Amino acid sequence: MSATLRTRDEHREQPRDDTRAPRRSRQLSFGHWWWALPGIVMVLAIHYVATSIGGFFAFTDWSGIGSFAFVGLDNFVKIFSDPTKFGSLLNTLFLAFGSVIISNVAGLVLALGLNRGLKSRYILRVLFFMPVVLSPLAVSYIWKFIFDYNGPINLMLKSMGLGEYAKAWVADPTWAIWTVLIVLVWQNTGIAMVIYIAGLSSVPVEVEEAAAIDGATLWQRFVHVTLPGIRPAVAISTTLGLVNGLRVFDQIMALTGGGPAGATETLATQVYKQSFALGNFGFGAALALVLTVIILVFAVIQQRATSGKQGEN
Amino acid sequence: MFRYTKFTAIREVAFWIIALIFLAPFYFLITTALKSDSEAITSSTLALPVSLDFSNFTKVLTASGNSNVVMGLVNSVIITAGSIVLLVLLGSLTGYVISRSTRRWSRGVFYLFLIAIVLPTQLGTVPLYIGARAIGLTGSVWGMILLFSGMLLPLAIFLYAGFFRGLGTEYEEAAAIDGASRTQIFFRIVLPLMAPATGTVATLAGLIVWNDFFTSLIFLGGSQNQTLPVAMYYYIGSLVSSWNQIFAIVIVSMIPILAFFLFAQKQFMQGFAGGLKG
Repeated sequence: MSATLRTRDEHREQPRDDTRAPRRSRQLSFGHWWWALPGIVMVLAIHYVATSIGGFFAFTDWSGIGSFAFVGLDNFVKIFSDPTKFGSLLNTLFLAFGSVIISNVAGLVLALGLNRGLKSRYILRVLFFMPVVLSPLAVSYIWKFIFDYNGPINLMLKSMGLGEYAKAWVADPTWAIWTVLIVLVWQNTGIAMVIYIAGLSSVPVEVEEAAAIDGATLWQRFVHVTLPGIRPAVAISTTLGLVNGLRVFDQIMALTGGGPAGATETLATQVYKQSFALGNFGFGAALALVLTVIILVFAVIQQRATSGKQGEN
Repeated sequence: MFRYTKFTAIREVAFWIIALIFLAPFYFLITTALKSDSEAITSSTLALPVSLDFSNFTKVLTASGNSNVVMGLVNSVIITAGSIVLLVLLGSLTGYVISRSTRRWSRGVFYLFLIAIVLPTQLGTVPLYIGARAIGLTGSVWGMILLFSGMLLPLAIFLYAGFFRGLGTEYEEAAAIDGASRTQIFFRIVLPLMAPATGTVATLAGLIVWNDFFTSLIFLGGSQNQTLPVAMYYYIGSLVSSWNQIFAIVIVSMIPILAFFLFAQKQFMQGFAGGLKG
């Protein structure tokens, strides 16, 4: 190590007459490579090694203790043939895509409205962003009350004479998944909003004004001036939302616990229940592997599709 | 050209109405938490409490065992603070080296971290749990700090590397010419300059650790060292629809992070908006 140090130090003598060369010249180097070692080792161990071991157990019937046998693709066959497990996959996709679409549209509307002009825009931004910082678990309990049979929603329906529509929302097989979606959207809209506000700041006012003077309507200005300018923001916001949405866990544990009758199970809740409650480590790992592959595939597709045309942002 | 017109005023009012509807859940949260047991059952859920009853809060704060909320609060603070310190230290060093290095390996290592950001924790959770149990780190505050640091390190490194790439090397070059060692350059020159990136790392990572439920539930499950979300989960699990008490604990759990947010809202919002730029 001291040998490499010595040679680099000798190099440092040279760049005296090097001031005209581009910055970050190769001769002058900062930091020691081994400073990165603890970080690299930790990431390798906690992310890559652990994930690989988990992937290995996905092809076994291990229960968490004792011996195990290889079962080939049996676990995956079980996932795709068991209606509850396959349903949890569909629920995961529904919640992820549903929440991304709705919260990005809502976030964009808020961003456009609160971008400039309004006097109280800074306070409004803070208010709309507030749910983002709260724990998903705590937030879900508030909404569970709102959707409760004796809760405010049914009360309002009854007072409007729509009493026949009142129901126990989180215990209803059709509606339970929608309550989860609403909670997700409520918490994620603020993230989309601030990403779009940051994106909008790169769209110059002059261009918008010029388009307006040339007679472009509000909609034309949005489609031809604003939207192309915020394409990188769309890429970031949707990718982030999708990756987080596919992992949805806390909201379901608090709102429905996966019920009624598995109607709101997702891959993440199933991984938890199979691995830790039922002791099917092998099967839980297979579910987690499916989740991992889906997230990686969508992250790559999303990046290619939305930022690819743009090239470097 | 874009002046404050009558139309802007209408828009302003409209957005305030939307905001009030959007924040209506907080109305139910606060009013219900202040109702007494009998009033919570009999009164309308839309009504204000007749008299303010703070007994729910005293009940919540004196709970013991698995659902010891005060203990959970203390543990959450320790785990969050410890993780932030470790993440700032390891994240900045690693991010600095890979962004300043011109060698080929640093590019590869950068992608290693980038992929790890999206890699879900679920698949590695079981092996990590077994490993942690084998060396006695489950149910321990220190184990959680190590675990969270490792889990969020790719994000911290990514944020620092991006920041250092945009930071010119003039100061460091000047210090090097004046004869400062590499260690001196990092701690005397770079460390003070990286404060904005540290703010982003601390708020983003701190928020994720503070609000984490899945990892804490698994690694601290059944132990006395619960974090706040897990203590809340157990506490609420023991109640049946006593919404006034449930909401008292929900409020207690929200106060620290909300206070922090209102104190540093700009930091939080910029962190989410700019910090995650890919």
